[in-house]
Amino acid sequence: MAGLATQFGSGAMTNSIGDIAQSACLLNIGANTADAHPVIAYQMEQAVRRGAKLIVINPRRVGLVRHADLWLRPRAGTNVSLLMGLCRAILDNGWQDDAFIAERCENFDAMKQSLEQHDLDSVAKITGLKVSEITEAARMYALNAPAAISYAMGICEWSHGTDAVMAVGNLAMITGNIGKPGAGVNPLRGQNNVQGACDMGALPGIYVGYQSVADTAAHEKFAKAWGNTSGFTPGLTLTQMFDAAAEGKIKAMYIIGENPMLSDPNSTHIEKALRKLDFLVVQDIFRNETTAMAHVVLPGASFAEKDGTFTNTERRFQRVRKVIEPLSGCRPDWLITAQIAQRMGAAGFDYASPQDIMREINALAPGFAGITYERLETCGGLQWPCPSVEHPGTPVLHTHLFARGRGRFMPLEYRPPFEVPDKDYPFLLDTGRALFQYHTGTQTRRVAGLNKFMSEEKLQINPKDAAKLGIHEGDMLAISSRRGSVRARAALTDVTPVGTVYMTFHFRETPTNLLTSPGRDPVTHTPEFKACAVRVEKVL
Amino acid sequence: MADIVKIVIDGREIEACAGATVLEAALSAGIYIPNLCHHPDLEPYGGCRLCIVEIAGMRGLPTACTTRVTDGMTVKTYGGELDRVRRDTLQLIMANHPSDCLSCAKNQRCELQKVTAYLGVTERTMARTMPEQEVDDSNPFFTLDRNYCILCGRCTRTCAEIVGVGAIELMGRGDQTRVGVFGDKTLMESDCRSCGECMARCPVGALRPKVNVVPAYEVLTTCPYCAVGCSIYLGMRDGRLVSARGNKDGGANRGMLCVKGRFGATEFVQHPDRLTTPLIRGDNGQQPADWDSVLDLVAARFKSYAPDEVAVVPSSRTTNEDVYVAQKLARAALRTNNIDNCARL
Ligand code: FES
Repeated sequence: MAGLATQFGSGAMTNSIGDIAQSACLLNIGANTADAHPVIAYQMEQAVRRGAKLIVINPRRVGLVRHADLWLRPRAGTNVSLLMGLCRAILDNGWQDDAFIAERCENFDAMKQSLEQHDLDSVAKITGLKVSEITEAARMYALNAPAAISYAMGICEWSHGTDAVMAVGNLAMITGNIGKPGAGVNPLRGQNNVQGACDMGALPGIYVGYQSVADTAAHEKFAKAWGNTSGFTPGLTLTQMFDAAAEGKIKAMYIIGENPMLSDPNSTHIEKALRKLDFLVVQDIFRNETTAMAHVVLPGASFAEKDGTFTNTERRFQRVRKVIEPLSGCRPDWLITAQIAQRMGAAGFDYASPQDIMREINALAPGFAGITYERLETCGGLQWPCPSVEHPGTPVLHTHLFARGRGRFMPLEYRPPFEVPDKDYPFLLDTGRALFQYHTGTQTRRVAGLNKFMSEEKLQINPKDAAKLGIHEGDMLAISSRRGSVRARAALTDVTPVGTVYMTFHFRETPTNLLTSPGRDPVTHTPEFKACAVRVEKVL
Repeated sequence: MADIVKIVIDGREIEACAGATVLEAALSAGIYIPNLCHHPDLEPYGGCRLCIVEIAGMRGLPTACTTRVTDGMTVKTYGGELDRVRRDTLQLIMANHPSDCLSCAKNQRCELQKVTAYLGVTERTMARTMPEQEVDDSNPFFTLDRNYCILCGRCTRTCAEIVGVGAIELMGRGDQTRVGVFGDKTLMESDCRSCGECMARCPVGALRPKVNVVPAYEVLTTCPYCAVGCSIYLGMRDGRLVSARGNKDGGANRGMLCVKGRFGATEFVQHPDRLTTPLIRGDNGQQPADWDSVLDLVAARFKSYAPDEVAVVPSSRTTNEDVYVAQKLARAALRTNNIDNCARL
């Protein structure tokens, strides 16, 4: 989310889910919303029924395509080119919002200059689209205001992910689609509390509420409040942590409720890193591939066994409430962590309840100051920033000023994906989520009914490719990349374009991330999940 | 703000929003008019004809659910022909509806029961017209039992209007009309996404959950799966989590849910596979240990490392409070900024 933070001053979804009803145009790119965020997809479809335009940009014929006025099916990994092409088409036709650009933004000229290389003929060549399709999408988006862009991992999970996010930002700013209901740039987050985890400071460079560790005032504030704090230099990102662990520099890790053995790219490398650790503590509610590697396993409590809050993708804090007591032997995660800290001799961990913790958050993070349990009791959630208990919360960001002042246009160039198909590995492997399973399956695979829908990994392959390789529905296949090989049965479908195959990462029996690429975004270190080159062979 | 108009229903003057239907205006003023195919989330339909009224200056018996209010409109909801026609309509529905109410999943929550009681209909006067219908039991979470179906079309309209899937539709004509899947396939063979939105709107027992336990109490919480953050009521009964339903007032979901939220958020919680004791790895692999000694061990080991030798990975699945304490442990106790979550994944 570094891209949006650079341009707008905040990486979060600018608008609200409820805003979808007010949009005249919805542009959905690099997302599989019907599977990954079904209830948002319903609301998009409902908006279309009421007359909103829907543009879907995706190499895969995802669920929303059936409701789309326009579906662009670009070559995978060409988002930057396409999005800059849309900006170019808008400027060439005079569809931009000059007043917004002049009054609210900066660095427009540099961005405009970089559009020289994104002439529509070049863009068409790179993306495999027709110039007319690109122009039509630009027209539809620019001339139906307010227009909202939503995107998910299909934008971010590339080695050029930050650029693609910034290209989205350029497109929204050039048309003045920021700071208004029904407009905006809306990254749809993956897990239930990814937004919250970032908000709470589970990032190497920031404290709770996006206060920089490098900032002296912030440092002093937290040192005073906590009695102690970390240094001014940002720490390691997740991928760097595993690198450092593999090199023996990180010796101990405390992993809570995550299963990087299955969810992270290039899992052979992760396994090597975890094995090398001197001391690994994993806290979870089920055994999984990562707990199996641990020196100590701590049984946490599920969402139904504790009080707390989640923050959804639209920055909305909502209450999580205890429905049952923690199962015998389990403890709430906050309590386990606090007990470790206390036994380390740290002060300030004697919380009586999650509400106590929230009071500390209210006091230390100005943007969350007004989000109290008392208020959450009587309303359907509060969207940050919410600086005081009188403040109603903020459904739309950047209404008068961008969080950073002016919105910053970014000149961008197209870079091909890190790993592209070649003679030996002729297919591009795309990975993502499915409706009936979730993440690494530790919860959904224990719901018997869900497994009736999807109980094993399948490799989705276009029937034309399958015919060439003599592959039939249900054939067992070996899928290999330069890093490893897994097996899965074939599912023939034209949802997946020719030349691309698709898998999820929900099944430990088919650890898709053995295959995925070591390519990473240079800024965020987000792994390039969305593309790696593979070979597909029938197992006889 | 919508304009307000004044209308008179059964001699009572009420205020209504311009653009509302007569049925909506009546219901929001607390005046009941029998209705079955109407649902507030769905577009006006006018299928069951139970909501017929008389409107001054209009001919015939218009359906209140499809007629928009106009200023000064005078509406009559009962009396004479209205009562007779409404009873006949109800008899037609009842003729083909089983009468085993006591053993029905929807007993006491059935809207047909409500209408029948309101109209004081106690006996059937018509013989069954439809043949025995097939039960579609293919979906693991809910059953489509066409024998209970009153053909109100709420389910098929939900699938099209709310979810945008259109897996089910009203097929056939006359006696042959039924809720079905194109090509007479089963739900599992259809495009059905199993969200259960149809079931949530079925007024009778035709679409009913396979696990049908009425909860003793419900607790409002937030779905643990994706980042939409659907507000959800979890139901408890006899020490087990037994149900989930969407919260109408949920800021993000306004009552809607997907298959995972409605049918997948409870079963794993009390699953026998849950980890229920701390484990320490020794010579014989991971062995159960008591909390005290485990916490002491972890604290002692954590203290033995330099800040740049440790890393903390909090979860993007657990609560804000859990994450906050974890990052505080990293920074204040371990003195490290080596902390990151899976936002990038
Ligand atoms: S409720 Fe009006 S026709 Fe059914």
